[in-house]
Amino acid sequence: MTVSAQVPAPSQPVAATPPRPRWSEMSGLARREAIEGYLFLLPNIIAFFVFLAGPMLAAVYFAFTNYDLTWPPRFTFLENFQVMFNNDLFWQVFGQTFYWAFGMVPATIVLALGLAMMINREMRGVLTYRLVYFIPHVTLSVAASIVWLWVYHPDVGFLNLLLSYVGIDGPQWLLNRRTAMPSLILMGWWKSIGFAMLIFLAGLQGIPAELYEAAVMDGANPRQRFWAITVPMLSPAIFFVMVTSIIGAFQGFDVFYLMTRGGPANATTTMVLHIYNNGFLYLKMGFASAMAMVLFATIMLFTLGQWLYARNWVHGFAD
Amino acid sequence: MAVKQETLQPASELQAVRPDGMSKSGAKRIGDLFTHLILATGSIVMVGPFAWMLSSSFKTQYEIYKFPPTLIPESIQWINYLVVFEQTALGRYVGNSMFVSLSVTLGVLLTSSLAGYSFARINFPGRDKIFLMYLGTMMIPGAILLIPSFVLMRTFNWIDTYYALIVPGVVSAWGTFLMRQFMMSIPRELEDAAYIDGATRLRIYWTVILPVSKPVIATLAIFTFMGVWNELLWPVIILRSPEKFTLPMGLAKFQSRFPNRTPWHLIMAASTLSVLPILFLFMAGQKYYVQGIVTTGLKG
Repeated sequence: MTVSAQVPAPSQPVAATPPRPRWSEMSGLARREAIEGYLFLLPNIIAFFVFLAGPMLAAVYFAFTNYDLTWPPRFTFLENFQVMFNNDLFWQVFGQTFYWAFGMVPATIVLALGLAMMINREMRGVLTYRLVYFIPHVTLSVAASIVWLWVYHPDVGFLNLLLSYVGIDGPQWLLNRRTAMPSLILMGWWKSIGFAMLIFLAGLQGIPAELYEAAVMDGANPRQRFWAITVPMLSPAIFFVMVTSIIGAFQGFDVFYLMTRGGPANATTTMVLHIYNNGFLYLKMGFASAMAMVLFATIMLFTLGQWLYARNWVHGFAD
Repeated sequence: MAVKQETLQPASELQAVRPDGMSKSGAKRIGDLFTHLILATGSIVMVGPFAWMLSSSFKTQYEIYKFPPTLIPESIQWINYLVVFEQTALGRYVGNSMFVSLSVTLGVLLTSSLAGYSFARINFPGRDKIFLMYLGTMMIPGAILLIPSFVLMRTFNWIDTYYALIVPGVVSAWGTFLMRQFMMSIPRELEDAAYIDGATRLRIYWTVILPVSKPVIATLAIFTFMGVWNELLWPVIILRSPEKFTLPMGLAKFQSRFPNRTPWHLIMAASTLSVLPILFLFMAGQKYYVQGIVTTGLKG
């Protein structure tokens, strides 16, 4: 969340008030104010401990236990992790999660960037385009899944119908191990492109026009202008989309649950669906928690890695 | 369709300077035409599924399977919508989702505005450190809390109740962040006048701060409502009784209830009905929605 501002927006100071004194040095009035401050935060503080910090600690504990909800958790140390790392299905699921995330995110960013640059022109209809491309993002994932199930239907589906017009006998899309994941990724692009586009559009509008004018004066061609101005100026927005999309993609659940239930032959089972299956269908809460820890570590590593590498390419990346 | 937007001002200067001697308007016109062509093709892909959903919801079951398919139904079957409402619990699911989404939204608005005000304006030791730490919690992936949260709800005896859907959802770190950013830009003079009149902090929050915070309240309300309305995983884990199902769950159940000959025309009518409220909300509040995205994405 420390992506620095690239838009010359009204600046908002981080600390608007002078440094606050220690409790013992505070006047009665200041103490009263401080108490009010904490009281205003009370619902958030309670919820933080009850619904976030507590469950976080419990999640770590469960990961080292055998827990089926009926009997109290039994401490088994690293057994869950040993079982997991020796399990072929786990590695398959782990790999498929990466397949999904990396099939989704880079392509979405490139497509959304192209889209945003096209829409960011002074011409008719840009508002309509923006709306149209954004609608899938706000649609219920269930409704979207239902429609796409039909699009991919092998016999009466729209896609195979189109293909039949050009004489191609379309594949079984979601029912085939090889085509199932790419089909879901394609649908994922459709669903998520609008969000990235909206952020890029806002970023593009914040780039000062003088930069482009000066570059044109210097004889820079469109490609040079893109790499020398657009990409660096947009890099904080790209970075933000990248980090949040990766975090989101690693936690994908809805499409897999609704469209394939992880099938065929687990070809579209990803981490969160696997956690759901183990925890809530087979009641292996401890094992599922251990898997959640691995997912957590993976996400954190990726986020941290992007953060560390950001100073090499993100414009004005301070800390 | 397009709702008027103040935030969108295309940077046109790109086309203003053209050293290549080509007439400015001519080059722009060709560029525009080309852009329109690509964007329109893409638009068909984007709205295509919806168009098909809408068209199918008005067809007979026979026409659905007709080859080649028709885009405009031969005769509009309004009755599909009636059948959906009479033979399924769709109306009930909509009501359930409405109740849960509105409750969470009201709760989030209240707690986030209180906390945002505290972080923006009240002095207390450790304020900015606590704020940064609280922001950090947004990085915790929700998926890892799934199992402990479920166990917690079970100890509270909240399984299969709306408490489990509402209570953990009524605070939001993101909402607090959004509120704080906005409230820091409210001029202090507004509060000072009320102070001199001897108003309490709570009174100032309610009569001075909240009324001028309407735009950010709208932003947070739309985001929260849509988020809860669309949520699938948590309700699937918590709810057991079909009469308590939320709309996404009900729709998913509806879809899997017919193993053999799927009544696509009815399912499409139900899907259309489920998409409409959220689409309407989005179009009405598009400006606030975009503002929320811009605040998080670019100023965070």
